[in-house]
Amino acid sequence: MDFAQQLVNGLALGSVYALIAIGYTMVYGIIKLINFAHGDIYMVGAFFGYLVALYLKLSFVPSLLISMLGCAVLGVLIEKVAYKPLRGSSKITLFITAIGMSLLLENAFRLIFGPNPKPFPELLKVKIYKLGGFQINSLQISMLLVSIILVILLQYIVYRTKSGKAMRAASFDIDAAQLMGINVNNTISMTFAIGSALAGAAGVLVGMAYPRIDPYMGIMPGLKAFVAAVLGGIGAIPGAMIGGILLGVAETFTKAFISTKLSDAIAFAILIIVLLVRPAGLMGKKVNEKV
Amino acid sequence: MNKKFKSAFLILIPILLVFAVLQSLISFEILNNYYTQILIVICINIILAVGLNMIIGFTGQLALGHAGFMSVGGYAAAILTLKLHLPFPIVLLAGGLVAALFGLIIGIPTLRLKGDYLAISTLGFGEIIRVLIINIDSLGGARGLAGIPKETNFAIVFFITVGIILIIRNLMTSSHGRAMLSVREDEIAAEAMGINTTKYKIMAFVMAAFFAGIAGGLYAHYFMFLDPKSFDFLKSTEILTFVVLGGMGSISGSALAATVLTILPEALRPIAEYRMVIYSASLILLMIFRPQGLLGTKELSSLKIFNFRKNNLMKVKKGGTKDVAA
Repeated sequence: MDFAQQLVNGLALGSVYALIAIGYTMVYGIIKLINFAHGDIYMVGAFFGYLVALYLKLSFVPSLLISMLGCAVLGVLIEKVAYKPLRGSSKITLFITAIGMSLLLENAFRLIFGPNPKPFPELLKVKIYKLGGFQINSLQISMLLVSIILVILLQYIVYRTKSGKAMRAASFDIDAAQLMGINVNNTISMTFAIGSALAGAAGVLVGMAYPRIDPYMGIMPGLKAFVAAVLGGIGAIPGAMIGGILLGVAETFTKAFISTKLSDAIAFAILIIVLLVRPAGLMGKKVNEKV
Repeated sequence: MNKKFKSAFLILIPILLVFAVLQSLISFEILNNYYTQILIVICINIILAVGLNMIIGFTGQLALGHAGFMSVGGYAAAILTLKLHLPFPIVLLAGGLVAALFGLIIGIPTLRLKGDYLAISTLGFGEIIRVLIINIDSLGGARGLAGIPKETNFAIVFFITVGIILIIRNLMTSSHGRAMLSVREDEIAAEAMGINTTKYKIMAFVMAAFFAGIAGGLYAHYFMFLDPKSFDFLKSTEILTFVVLGGMGSISGSALAATVLTILPEALRPIAEYRMVIYSASLILLMIFRPQGLLGTKELSSLKIFNFRKNNLMKVKKGGTKDVAA
């Protein structure tokens, strides 16, 4: 029954990875940028949630929504200030800018809040439910529920609305989309807003579950979520979800059954195997390079 | 022969002069230990930067795991010193060779990948190396490896750095160097011209790993302590920043950027609270306003010649447009 228990834990962790990975994959799909600052937006989300819960004394759902909104605004701002002036320059320049942005967010938050971890206020009462041989607590349930709701919402936006259509068109061929009269700038901003909001939600959820947050909490989950995005096939939203879940489960199983210390390496080992065996990822489409 | 001798002489004289000035400043203790340490760290960073520049700047492959090779070289050298008490030059060389071996093992499968995928898989390998080191108890694990004797001094670091720069410079003006550049410019065209692109990519990768290993050995025998945490993903991006900021494909640019970016955080130390914020913000601003890096693909020594050629090209272009207009 330990297996079922670890599966539940893995699913909860994986749903968080999935939320972050979606942002990575959406941004990469449109402007082909590995947005390294994305992991730090997740951190900022946790801090927004912390501030709102602490000073405005709001309950779980409003805190989550405000934090998501804050992150969306921040994501758009970062895109406008740092990435937009560099559109059309080489990939590596963008990449370094993203790394710079990531360092800037980490250090700015370190400056404001100090390097020590902050205890996250209790937004939900922790209740433990026993189901058969395994147990699940209310935080894990909220993680899974919020992730599922957000993913359904995302599916609706991407496949049923006009701006979703614009996003899909832009990620298919950004130049052609522009020629068809799609406002590419707005579409890119929209993508950043949605991706960042999801990362912000993930930040609040993790902040609640491991009730400590610090300015560097985004580095590792950010890298792993990126691994999840590559695993699922970068640019493919369903791929990012599946990749995130798989990675969360794999990591939890490694922790439980093999070694705690190796759990960080397992994500990267998976990544390398995927890249060498199936570089396009699980759901990605293979792109033939034109000469 | 005479000409060759003369040009070698012209390079050697300023190098020896710089060394003489710095070394005497250190010997007469005008520069205290703190400044000497900064000088040594600058040299180590230059080695790392010019090495990575071979992969990124000359061969055009985006690799992100350079700190991994540095740690492999550092640990290998430190273990050889601690366990076998071998002399320092042999230890350094062995550290470099072990790192090169890792470069070969990692390079052969990953260099089939391109662009972002290559970046991420090398990043993954770098992280795996770090996690493995943490898990090996005989290497000190997460506590780090202490008790390494202090063997590195400024003279050794300086001449190794100069030597490596000269090796890379000579390599880049040889046919092998041109082959590497052709891989960067257009891989398919290079292949069509009969250049074994995989071979040259792996060659650049292995050589860069070798140099990083030597840098790791120097680092280990200067600080006398190795901490796996200091070879994480951030260290790799730091080295990448040197290369990109200096201008990809410019040896002197990499060296210059490594120097500036090592001094900058130290110079900002009085405002310690803000220094990393300023550092990261200036990184973003530099990328926005000077995306080609400080020197672009130019070298310090060839700046004038380059300007001359560029002007000529501009003239031709202008003439061309006139013709069209007419």
